[in-house]
Amino acid sequence: MLGLTLLLLLPTAAAAAADRSRTEAPPLRGPGLRFSPPVPASPSAPPLLLLPQPGAEYGAPGVALARSAAEEPDGPAEEEDGGHHGEHGGGYRVVQWEWSYVQTPFIIAIWLLVASVAKILFHFSQRFTTVVPESCMLILLGLVLGGVVLIANKKQLYQLEPALFFLFLLPTIVGDAGYFMPARLFFDNLGAILTYAVVGTLWNAFCTGFCLYATKLLGVIDERVQADLMDFLLFGALISAVDPVAVLAVFEEVHVNDMLFIIVFGESLLNDAVTVVLYKVYISFVEVGAENVQMTDYFKGVASFLIVSVGGTLVGLVFAVILGFITRFTKKVRIIEPLFVFLLVYLAYLTAELFSLSAILSMTFCGIGANKYVEANISQKSRTTVKYTMKTLASIAETIIFIFLGISAVDKSKWAWDTGLVSCTLVFIFVFRAVGVIGQTWVLNRFRLVPLDKIDQVVMSYGGLRGAVAFALVVLLDGEQVKAKDYFVATTIVVVFFTVMFQGLTIKPLVKWLKVPRSTSRKPTINEEIHERAFDHILTAVEDIAGLQGYHHWRDKWEQFDKNYLSKLLLRKSVYRKSELWEAYQKINIRDAISVIDQGGNVLTSARLSLPSMASRASFPEVTNVTNYLRENGSGVCLDLQVIDNVPGGKVEEDTETHHVLAGNLYKPRRRYQSHYSRHFIPLGEKERQDREVFQRNMKSRMETFKSTRHKRHKKERSLKKRRGSDAKEEGGDKPRRNVSWQDKDPVVVPVESDPDRAEHSDPEKDEDVGITFVARKAETPKERPKSVPAALDGTQSPPPGPPSPTGGETHLPWKGGVGSPPPCVSVEATKIIPVDLQQAWNQSISSLESISSPPAPAEPVHPRVSALSRLGATRSASYTPPGSVAGSSASIGAQLSQGSFCFPDGRKDEEDEEEDEGAELQPLMSSLRPPGSLPPAPRRNPCVYLRSLVTAPPSGSGEPHSRGPTQL
Amino acid sequence: MGSRASTLLREEEIEEIKKETGFSHSQITRLYSRFTSLDKGENGTLSREDFQRIPELAINPLGDRIINAFFPEGEDQVNFRGFMRTLAHFRPIEDNEKSKNPTASEPLNSRTNKLLFAFRLYDLDRDDKISRDELLQVLRMMVGVNISDEQLGSIADRTIQEADTNGDNSISFNEFIKVLEKVDVEQKMSIRFLH
Repeated sequence: MLGLTLLLLLPTAAAAAADRSRTEAPPLRGPGLRFSPPVPASPSAPPLLLLPQPGAEYGAPGVALARSAAEEPDGPAEEEDGGHHGEHGGGYRVVQWEWSYVQTPFIIAIWLLVASVAKILFHFSQRFTTVVPESCMLILLGLVLGGVVLIANKKQLYQLEPALFFLFLLPTIVGDAGYFMPARLFFDNLGAILTYAVVGTLWNAFCTGFCLYATKLLGVIDERVQADLMDFLLFGALISAVDPVAVLAVFEEVHVNDMLFIIVFGESLLNDAVTVVLYKVYISFVEVGAENVQMTDYFKGVASFLIVSVGGTLVGLVFAVILGFITRFTKKVRIIEPLFVFLLVYLAYLTAELFSLSAILSMTFCGIGANKYVEANISQKSRTTVKYTMKTLASIAETIIFIFLGISAVDKSKWAWDTGLVSCTLVFIFVFRAVGVIGQTWVLNRFRLVPLDKIDQVVMSYGGLRGAVAFALVVLLDGEQVKAKDYFVATTIVVVFFTVMFQGLTIKPLVKWLKVPRSTSRKPTINEEIHERAFDHILTAVEDIAGLQGYHHWRDKWEQFDKNYLSKLLLRKSVYRKSELWEAYQKINIRDAISVIDQGGNVLTSARLSLPSMASRASFPEVTNVTNYLRENGSGVCLDLQVIDNVPGGKVEEDTETHHVLAGNLYKPRRRYQSHYSRHFIPLGEKERQDREVFQRNMKSRMETFKSTRHKRHKKERSLKKRRGSDAKEEGGDKPRRNVSWQDKDPVVVPVESDPDRAEHSDPEKDEDVGITFVARKAETPKERPKSVPAALDGTQSPPPGPPSPTGGETHLPWKGGVGSPPPCVSVEATKIIPVDLQQAWNQSISSLESISSPPAPAEPVHPRVSALSRLGATRSASYTPPGSVAGSSASIGAQLSQGSFCFPDGRKDEEDEEEDEGAELQPLMSSLRPPGSLPPAPRRNPCVYLRSLVTAPPSGSGEPHSRGPTQL
Repeated sequence: MGSRASTLLREEEIEEIKKETGFSHSQITRLYSRFTSLDKGENGTLSREDFQRIPELAINPLGDRIINAFFPEGEDQVNFRGFMRTLAHFRPIEDNEKSKNPTASEPLNSRTNKLLFAFRLYDLDRDDKISRDELLQVLRMMVGVNISDEQLGSIADRTIQEADTNGDNSISFNEFIKVLEKVDVEQKMSIRFLH
């Protein structure tokens, strides 16, 4: 906390210093951006913070907010500024204090930092955060910070500026909400959502307004509150709308069932149009005076509502079409795909603002509409980028909103307290919300397939949270026109705080107490995907047979239209031809693959593999939420990106952390490394460093083991029949590996050097590997290991400098003949990891992975690992030629794969020497892999199977590139 | 037409249907008028051709299967009682029905019956198992031609493996229920009949 305060005070003090240099400016107020074209070319509308007025010594406005709406005039000004600075110094100064130059972005960055650090701090205490919603904590923090600033500066410097809020903070949240809105669920409940949003909001607004006026007449509200009917109606309008930001913040932590959530949240988004129109209409009424309002004005109001809502929606849909259309053609510029998403969604918002339509509606529908096509068009990575960026932005915007709500409250100058008004408002909004919900639900239930029961209604009434939108609107009021503005501001702040803090705090216990069905963030299984599609068809058919033009009828009509026209227009050809079901299938398989891999050691040790999508079978007692189950077990299913939410899966993060540490510190096995390198993932320098280090180490160890008995080995080896497979693999591995090195090594590495290097490099690794294999078997035949391992390896590996000799040695090794038939034990083991009954499914998962990168759809390497795999496959066939060792080479790949994949074990002792580390780690792995005495005969496999075995083999290993992905990107 | 329809339907018949299917009086008369309008032969029963004349059904990928579901095994005519019995599967479950005494026979719109209806669509040979071939046929109908046999086959394999608990490489009804136990079948297999 202290750190925070310091952080805060630094910019504060600096800002204050900068402030003093200019004359007392009136408290800055954003111009009425909400309802006027949002380009207030005046630089005096710094959205967030008090900025110095254009400094006298610089003729141009200070450095403009890069993201400010008023950017046009400032481009050149910035440069000029730079020039000025140089001249002003007179002589050359070594260090220059350029505060005014960096002030704005600096302060913004500091605020973001404060907000983010605050989030971290909150989540230190898991127990605390489960009880107290984050939004409450942020508001409290805001209050504290506001107090600190107030004490330090004697006046409040910061407040939630409406311009900033409406132009930047709100769009990020709405954009995220709209884009990731579950469309099907939303449209399934559209009727209810619209009813609550329109009728409910109107009802709330009118009732609150009239009743407040009535209480004023009755004398409950103090005389000082100079307000007449219109003022109260205006206030009622802005205070009655349920706020999307608050609802999201609170409901996301509550996890009520999807339907309830979508109704409350959808309402909070769609009521924007009502709020905008009511607010605008009343403002104009207040301006002209209530007595001058004519009958036609009311009709104009109604017309305006239609235009604002329908127009906003249309603007959104138009932008959705544009967005979908653009992403059709981004194949060559994948890197900016995400940008298009952000830009067009944001433009939808701004355009709607431009025409003073409902910007929230516009953005929401743009997101909902475009999502399907965009997600299909853009690459997997872009999808991830869009998702993470949107979530990050939304999260930080939400944080800032709540902190600034808190800060804004600590400002006496804007407050005017009237107990009567505050308490009446609180009571009215609560009562009318409840009454409205119950009344509307009663009507709606007559038409709804799934009636909303009492509990739902309680939650909906209680979930009517007010928030920052109301606050921003009330701050925007013109104090000249609305005399009671200060009272309204105070009341709004209290209402917002009460709903967010008190109701937000209590809604969780309430939901628990009422036993509201919770949501299960479960991914559909392939069965569910298929059967639910069938259900849809069945219902449509039944509606048609029964002669009903019901919901399914129209949904089907829409889907036909979408398929015949829209998708054709907005989807890439390659995507359009794919079946949705196939896509779903692929997704499920990839998800399974990822999760299995990420489960790492768990899978190997646990008796039974559980694919998350098969959760219905693998019964997890009492754990309804599979994701949570896996999360609690420390596995990384959270890579499943849907899970990004505000609730951190602590263990998962630690897990990822470990992955990163290991990925960064372990030596990368050559093969995998290679493929990654060739994909420009790894900087060359690191690679070389690693090569050198590994080389040196290997030389050392080789020198040590060189003297060990070479003669023994043949005897030993022959006697150990069981070891053959692995040894043969190692043997064969020698040569092809060299081949590979010749072929796909980067020219930078001098071939002559690289060759022995490679060979030697492989030695110790093999040492380790084989050692491990032996160790694993040691459980069965404990005594043999110490002597035989070094002997065998050493003997076979030692001659690398003279290429002919090893091959010669190899050829007359007794097991050499057998090498042809059995593939390395990897694949065998690999398949064995998976329980037999799931094997096939697993293989399909893998094959689907393969098929992604296979010719029919070559463009999109959906997963880095996949492409790595296919690359491996390619190199394999390339190095297939070496005479006399066809099988050997393939075996070697297997060997390498095994090494590669095994090198990334669970990692408990990464501080140890790497080699030992590997050995130690692998030991449990291997032993668990190999049930005693049951090494199934290995059939000959095609390349495909090798790939498969690679992925299948050691989940822990294959997890590596994945977890490494983010760091390298 | 509506009035003619309702006059053709005797009161006791309506009562019986009401008891059997749970439809309200007005729903029954409304559906009866629909039934008669579909019944081009005007013989009180519907044939497959009558169903196939519904234009929307022609483009429904599962249309034929659903039409089949209306006909009792081996017959190619369905009367109004049978028509209503099938439609009753899709009546939403009402609150008062949930709490009904459990001894009464299961209503047609129970979860199990809804699932059974869907199951029967797959199970062409009525051996109470969805075999791989049967699943493939339905999948082929639903996905159209954009997907290769191989891909479809792997989807089918995966589907069966996911659901199959006893290893017979097919989905029994119990397995079908089990695999959809998390799905809100009551909601997803119901439509709102007009009152």
